[in-house]
Amino acid sequence: MVNYLTVIGISIAFAVFVLICRAYIWPPLINAMRARQERIAQGLENAEKAEEALAKSNADAEVLLRDARAEGQRIIEQARAQATMVVEDAKDHAREEGERILTAARAEITQEINRARENLRQEVAYLAVVGASRILSSEIDRRKHSAMLENLVREL
Amino acid sequence: MAEKDGTPPTPTEYIAHHLTNLTFGKRPDGSWGFASSAEEAAQMGFWSVHVDSLAWAVGLGLVFLLLFWLAARRATAGVPGMFQSAIEAIVEFVDTTTKDIFPHKNPWMAPMGLTILIWVFLMNLMDLVPVDWVPNIFRYWLDVEYMKIVPTTNVSVTLGVAIGVFLIVIYYSFKRKGAGGFLAELAFHPFPKFAAPVNFVLESVTLLAKPVSLALRLFGNLYAGEMIFMLIAILYSAGIALFLLGGVLHLMWALFHILVIVLQAFIFMVLSTVYIAQAYEVPEEDGH
Repeated sequence: MVNYLTVIGISIAFAVFVLICRAYIWPPLINAMRARQERIAQGLENAEKAEEALAKSNADAEVLLRDARAEGQRIIEQARAQATMVVEDAKDHAREEGERILTAARAEITQEINRARENLRQEVAYLAVVGASRILSSEIDRRKHSAMLENLVREL
Repeated sequence: MAEKDGTPPTPTEYIAHHLTNLTFGKRPDGSWGFASSAEEAAQMGFWSVHVDSLAWAVGLGLVFLLLFWLAARRATAGVPGMFQSAIEAIVEFVDTTTKDIFPHKNPWMAPMGLTILIWVFLMNLMDLVPVDWVPNIFRYWLDVEYMKIVPTTNVSVTLGVAIGVFLIVIYYSFKRKGAGGFLAELAFHPFPKFAAPVNFVLESVTLLAKPVSLALRLFGNLYAGEMIFMLIAILYSAGIALFLLGGVLHLMWALFHILVIVLQAFIFMVLSTVYIAQAYEVPEEDGH
């Protein structure tokens, strides 16, 4: 039933096949597969890292943007406040200036009035003297009657 | 199917013919040559060899080596092609299976498993070639009377592979446990030391059962499968109704057999690895 030489032949063939497989076939295949596994693992890891970095930069950008927006808002507020202040200042200045001009004008007017009053007084005094001299047909001695004239002028 | 003398063979003759190996050896009269009948082959005794089984087995082994060598030659860590992917899927499968059942470090186990799996699978695969094709080609065109193309339907072939595995088991048993340890394992178990002879007989049977069961399991499955293919083939020459029935049965059996040939190759690989893993196990000092 069993053919011994065939058994021996197959056993030898088996040994030779295993030997060849172990020497020339298994190592290159399994090494290539492990190397690829390594590469894929590396690639996945890198992708994960890149994703993390992206998320981080996105968050950073978000923070930066928010800060920038807040800063902008602050600057605008400040500018607005400053503008208001400038306008108020200008208003105050203008008011003061106006008041100053008004005061000066009033003073000048008063001065002018006083001057006009003085002139008028003198004019009236003269006219009074002239009138009186004409009435009295005599000349009033200015030196003699100066005191009286002064009084007259003051009364006018 | 007609015999050479012109009379159609009986089913018994047909099957007997299909089960006869092409045998080369020393005839009783001292001359060397191919046996012309099963009886002459039987008379050759030790100095004979099943040329067909041996040639197909070695040829298919070379096909295995060539296929995987082609993939190994261009194996890169880059993007693999279709062929390389297919080969790598098998390698990956063998690698993980071996790691699962063989917990020790040994660079020979996975290549051995791969060799067994693919070689036995290819030998089994010949079972799916219709039983008359190749024998008839050899018979009518090449004038070769007998041609069994499925090496694993020959118990000598399955025993050859199983003995190869068995020698590895013996080698590692000695290497891991030493001669004394190995003998102790055979003699001091399962009964206490005083029953060493009984133990030795029991354990030797257990040990020898490993290669025998390995060989007979594969041989039995494939032999039975081949036999059923032959019985179906006989239907083809028995009228139109049986011809059609034979066609249906052939298809069904072939589909089922695809499962069997893969499974048997896988079982052979797994059990070989398991047996060697058992040889690796060094018993605890207090145990056994």
